Amino acid sequence: MALIRHAEPAWLVLADGQIFKGNSFGATGTAIGEVVFTTSMTGYQETLTDPSYYGQIVTQTFPLIGNYGVNSSDFESAKSYVNGYIVREWCDKPSNFRCEDTIRNFLEQNQIIGLYNIDTRRLTRTLREAGVMNGAITTQNPEETPEILENLLEQIGNYAVVNAVKSVTDSARHVYAPDSPEQKQYQVVLFDFGYKRNIRQELVNRNCEVTVVPADTTPDEIRALHPDGIMLSNGPGNPAENTQIIQNLKEIAELQIPVFGICLGHQLMALAHGAKTEKLKYGHRGANQPVIDLASGRTYVTSQNHGYAVIGDSLDPEIAEVSHINANDKTCEGVRYKKINAFTVQFHPEAHGGPLDTAYLFDEFISRMQESQKGSE
Amino acid sequence: MALRNDIKKVLVIGSGPIIIGQAAEFDYAGAQACRALKQEGLEVVLINSNPATIMTDKAMADKIYIEPLTLDVVKRVIEIEKPDSVLSTLGGQTGLTLSMQLAEEGFLDSHHVKLLGADPETIHKAEDRQAFKDTMEKIGEPCIPSKVVETVEDAVDFAKEIDYPVIVRPAFTLGGTGGGIAYDELQLRDIATNGLRLSPITQVLIEKCISGWKEIEFEVIRDRKGNVITVCSMENFDPVGVHTGDSIVIAPAVTLSDREYQMLRTASLNIISELKVEGGCNCQFALHPESMEYAVIEVNPRVSRSSALASKATGYPIAKVATKIAVGYTLDEIINQVTGKTYACFEPALDYVVIKFPKWAFDKFVYAKRTLGTQMKATGEVMAIGTSFEQAIMKAVRSTELGVDSMNMKKYQEMPIENILELLQNSVEDERAFQVFAALKKGVSVEKIHEITMIDEWFLEKLKNLVELEDWLADGELTEEKYLLAKQYGYLDSTIERFSNQKCPMHRHAVYKMVDTCAGEFKAETPYFYSTYDDENEAAQFIARTDTGKKKVVVFGSGPIRIGQGIEFDYCSVHCVWTLKELGYEAVICNNNPETVSTDFDTGDRLYFDPLTPEDVDNIIETEKPYGVVVQFGGQTAIKLTRHLADKGVKILGTSADNIDAAEDRERFDELLEQCGIPRPEGFTVMTTKEAVKVAEKLGYPVLLRPSYVLGGQNMIIAHSEQDVVEYMGIITSHMIENPVLIDKYMMGTEVEVDAICDGKDFLIPGIMEHIERAGVHSGDSISIYPAQNLSQKIRQTIIEYTRRLALALDVIGLVNIQYVVYRDEVYVIEVNPRSSRTVPYISKVTGIPMVDIATKIMFGATLKELGYETGLHPEGDYVAVKVPVFSFEKLQDVDTMLGPEMKSTGECLGIGRNFEDALLKGLVAAGYDLKREGGVLISVRNSEKKEMIRIADKFSRMGFDLYATSGTASYLNRNMIATNTVRKISEGSPNTLDLLESGKIHYMISTSAKGRMPARDSVRMRRKSVERSICSLTAVDTANALANVLLSERTIDDVELIDITKI
Repeated sequence: MALIRHAEPAWLVLADGQIFKGNSFGATGTAIGEVVFTTSMTGYQETLTDPSYYGQIVTQTFPLIGNYGVNSSDFESAKSYVNGYIVREWCDKPSNFRCEDTIRNFLEQNQIIGLYNIDTRRLTRTLREAGVMNGAITTQNPEETPEILENLLEQIGNYAVVNAVKSVTDSARHVYAPDSPEQKQYQVVLFDFGYKRNIRQELVNRNCEVTVVPADTTPDEIRALHPDGIMLSNGPGNPAENTQIIQNLKEIAELQIPVFGICLGHQLMALAHGAKTEKLKYGHRGANQPVIDLASGRTYVTSQNHGYAVIGDSLDPEIAEVSHINANDKTCEGVRYKKINAFTVQFHPEAHGGPLDTAYLFDEFISRMQESQKGSE
Repeated sequence: MALRNDIKKVLVIGSGPIIIGQAAEFDYAGAQACRALKQEGLEVVLINSNPATIMTDKAMADKIYIEPLTLDVVKRVIEIEKPDSVLSTLGGQTGLTLSMQLAEEGFLDSHHVKLLGADPETIHKAEDRQAFKDTMEKIGEPCIPSKVVETVEDAVDFAKEIDYPVIVRPAFTLGGTGGGIAYDELQLRDIATNGLRLSPITQVLIEKCISGWKEIEFEVIRDRKGNVITVCSMENFDPVGVHTGDSIVIAPAVTLSDREYQMLRTASLNIISELKVEGGCNCQFALHPESMEYAVIEVNPRVSRSSALASKATGYPIAKVATKIAVGYTLDEIINQVTGKTYACFEPALDYVVIKFPKWAFDKFVYAKRTLGTQMKATGEVMAIGTSFEQAIMKAVRSTELGVDSMNMKKYQEMPIENILELLQNSVEDERAFQVFAALKKGVSVEKIHEITMIDEWFLEKLKNLVELEDWLADGELTEEKYLLAKQYGYLDSTIERFSNQKCPMHRHAVYKMVDTCAGEFKAETPYFYSTYDDENEAAQFIARTDTGKKKVVVFGSGPIRIGQGIEFDYCSVHCVWTLKELGYEAVICNNNPETVSTDFDTGDRLYFDPLTPEDVDNIIETEKPYGVVVQFGGQTAIKLTRHLADKGVKILGTSADNIDAAEDRERFDELLEQCGIPRPEGFTVMTTKEAVKVAEKLGYPVLLRPSYVLGGQNMIIAHSEQDVVEYMGIITSHMIENPVLIDKYMMGTEVEVDAICDGKDFLIPGIMEHIERAGVHSGDSISIYPAQNLSQKIRQTIIEYTRRLALALDVIGLVNIQYVVYRDEVYVIEVNPRSSRTVPYISKVTGIPMVDIATKIMFGATLKELGYETGLHPEGDYVAVKVPVFSFEKLQDVDTMLGPEMKSTGECLGIGRNFEDALLKGLVAAGYDLKREGGVLISVRNSEKKEMIRIADKFSRMGFDLYATSGTASYLNRNMIATNTVRKISEGSPNTLDLLESGKIHYMISTSAKGRMPARDSVRMRRKSVERSICSLTAVDTANALANVLLSERTIDDVELIDITKI
């Protein structure tokens, strides 16, 4: 209650000129980004710290955000990469035994500009109909003078998410091992295109020692690490802009080391094999996306966050085949490679947030490494 | 694979009469199932004993048996109809249990009938305590640790294992007598010793105490391919300990982080996969508030009350999808009806919150124990949708029709804080949320209340927001900013004005948002809306976009199910909508009950899920701009809106607001009767206790007292003395009822009821119903017979004539319900309701006259003649139908079971036969009377009825029953040559009547002492004891006589023909 009574105004300006007036929370100022929405009802903390949201202003369709506050163990990376954050209502008195702080304080600490108290459903419907578009959240009245608005709209128009992977990847290597050395069975290299911590954790939980390497790590450097498996992480931006990485992946794939790719990693692998990617009208962002595993015919509910997709038809049938499709729009959600030991998915089997139903894919990756170890013995 | 090709004809088993815990949600589920099956081109055979349901309507199935839901009857239906399959999971626990019995006996196999929806193995694993524990253990899902022990030492040993506190539950003691929570060994020794002594088999269950944990539910669906999804999560406002049916529930769960949410979601999927359920399933969990520890409480492998709520909360039709799965489809083959593009194999995303608020009958059962626990007590519920918790709970409270428009309840506002805290501390009561709110308002901290109640701070903080808003409204000028915030928080203009003591600076209309299963991600065309205060009005856009040029008509539903206003009004509302569509109108439904068919989004052309108060309704009218509105099918809830709507210039279709008022306003009604030359029992209107006593003396006792606006005989009694009058007036004035009280001379004659249709010129009476019990027993609690069996031609003619006069004088356009009493060969009018009634569905079904359909057409100008009906009484059919009420007394502690002018039944059954005896037999069997022909009968009747008891007792005696009576009755019967054993009264020491009832010797008890309703009275204690021991208790001599006659006839249900009502 108090939070509405004492709130400062803030605005969202969309590229098409629509303006939503609401209230400000978190940092103040102006932030420009690509405005997207996610339909996840829980997991806002994971969303905020998922590097794949780099450059974007994220809207939550669920109206009550921040209910259980923020805790230090549910972060998916060290900080927030979103450019702005939009909710219907945020909770100033969160309740959960793990809660350490409010979402507002988190935004403030991360210098994220937040906007609340707008008709988020109207915004969602706008984005759904028109497609994702750029916009700005600002705590300065954009209509104060026509010049301000004009200037802002120009900046919005010029905005593009570029150099996304470069901006989020860590330039240093890090090694993460299982708790006790005797548990260690596999050596996995995890490419950091903006990875979510739980990908690493799922591997560590399965007795892998994980070496996280920068996005631009070369095939030679990989070779020198003698990994049992290679994990390609999720990450932000247009996959096609990562030309050098794509080039590297072509060679890395030839090493005959089992490869598992998630999200951006999935897209980059496909690009490395001659396929194409496209930008979806408004992407898939949420924890309820149904994906059909074509081999078994089973549908799984998955967590997703992507604006681009691999064009299934662009895959050379000699090289690879679509293994999973989205049950709603039938877009490509997974690829299996025929000549190399690689499989990739568009969705997030590591969850956090979202359903844990496809975690078995990590088990498959482990089996592939096991098989491959046996083969080389 | 889609539809299995070995299924052609399916038997659907319904859930029977409405009782607490098994209500209208199964009509909704059953109706969806029938429709889904028919869509597949399958032949549908239906059995359900409940005539008020929509599923027993001719439109829903090909063959319909309104017959008792007993194993033998279901077997006979299978033998007659020879279905190839039985659908078991849509008819509540009743349908499931019957199906399992049929399967386990091998009956289904021997008759080549497949069981659809549930495997006996699955059901066993879910319902058998040990099998369930073993199954959960196998898949690593934790249950609440418990152990059955027979000695105190074993109890202590086990408690050491699982840690204190522990709950002690003695086996086979009623209402948990002898149980309790032990916090240490000393207490445990004490409680366990006592519990073991009280348990007839010397057994107690020691269970880890998890009270205070969060209670979370998931609705899950699985298909034969193994696809699994969760439809909805729900969180209880009350922590573990209160039955989920009695708790305020919010969907989705709001206090769980993603980790906790996914942990429980995964557990649900693991459980449904292990149980191999094909269809819907409900999983209930207890979650420790301070850790990740959880326990599975219960699993229901069928559609349930929660699944109905989840369906309405998300727009995902669980019953329909479960039915399609049962006949062979998989989730990825079923289209999501809401988007038309996506499939049923996904999980709904909500962009609003939903609150369910239970509706209890404690306003009627003033002496009932209000404590909530593991036994559900609510008769119904409402659902509210909002963009915030505050908004949703404010709407929910309004929808519940408690006489409040906010969380402030007068009695707690006036109560000292210590007393409120004491209430919260001592027990959980139905009004707990209001007690909590009052405590917050009086400045008690959230922490303190959380400590006492263990209600999560999140909920308490939200309630505190409402407190703060109300304080802010009261402080200073009512600015537009304040007003708008209050609107967003769900306050009505009138409420805002009351709190601020100022006029609203402006008026803001609500906008409507769509419930679309996907939080706006996909374009949807669901015509399902809720109000909020926001930018965009999607309903207005929808109306503009889909404009067909048809006129729009709004139909108001009847809100939550309560005693006196049940599922029958939903039947009427739905039928009205169907007819409107047939007539070429766009039918718009407004209602707030998630259990019903009317709130299925594809029943009408549009659905508004909102409260039914004047302002809420105004908003809908503003957006819809309808041609007219229909109020006569939504019970008193809808009727109450009439005057307001008429004043606003809204066209009321059917009987006018003025004429509705003429029937409801006592003075105007008296004038009308005078004009028509129709007598009524003499009576007066009073305001105070003093006046009441004076008038009662003038009329002569007994007298009938009731408030001037009646709902199901609410707060109505027969007073035999001044003391009764004083007690009654005390209760009624405490209930904030501002209307005057009516006192009538009470005439103990035959009660007759008529539902009629009138077009303003001609009138049609489909049938005259006669009640077995004489006037004084509420018509809803009487056994009612169609056609009337004992009325002379003259009386019959008088009733027809009076009905004509009344219908024409009130200018009834549509339905009217009239109750008469025939006393000393004269006909008197008791009550006229210019609206649909409880009996409309049943009379429509047994006479074949679609009453609501006709009434709706008449509202739009058709005449009875044009529709092919003669004026007057419709010729009687070949069948006799007997409606028998069903009660939920075993669920309501301390409620006197004595029937009286205040309605007590929660549901009803119908018996249809070639003659009265057969029909009554069926009706009684359907209502659960076991009709034993041996054993003991305990008789205790008031003096005035002793004479009448002679012939009834004689009948029982001649059949070989042993008669028992208290001294007065016994000596009276013995003097009249009927051998009767004398039993001591309770006050005369042991062994007495209570011991006799405990002994198992008694099969029937006839108890008619009628003084007061205080639980401490001997007669009330005897009646309660009979409920606890499942002894058939008859509280009216007429019912006892009818039962004796049925027993005398020596016919059993096996001798009676089963009737497919579609052939009537």
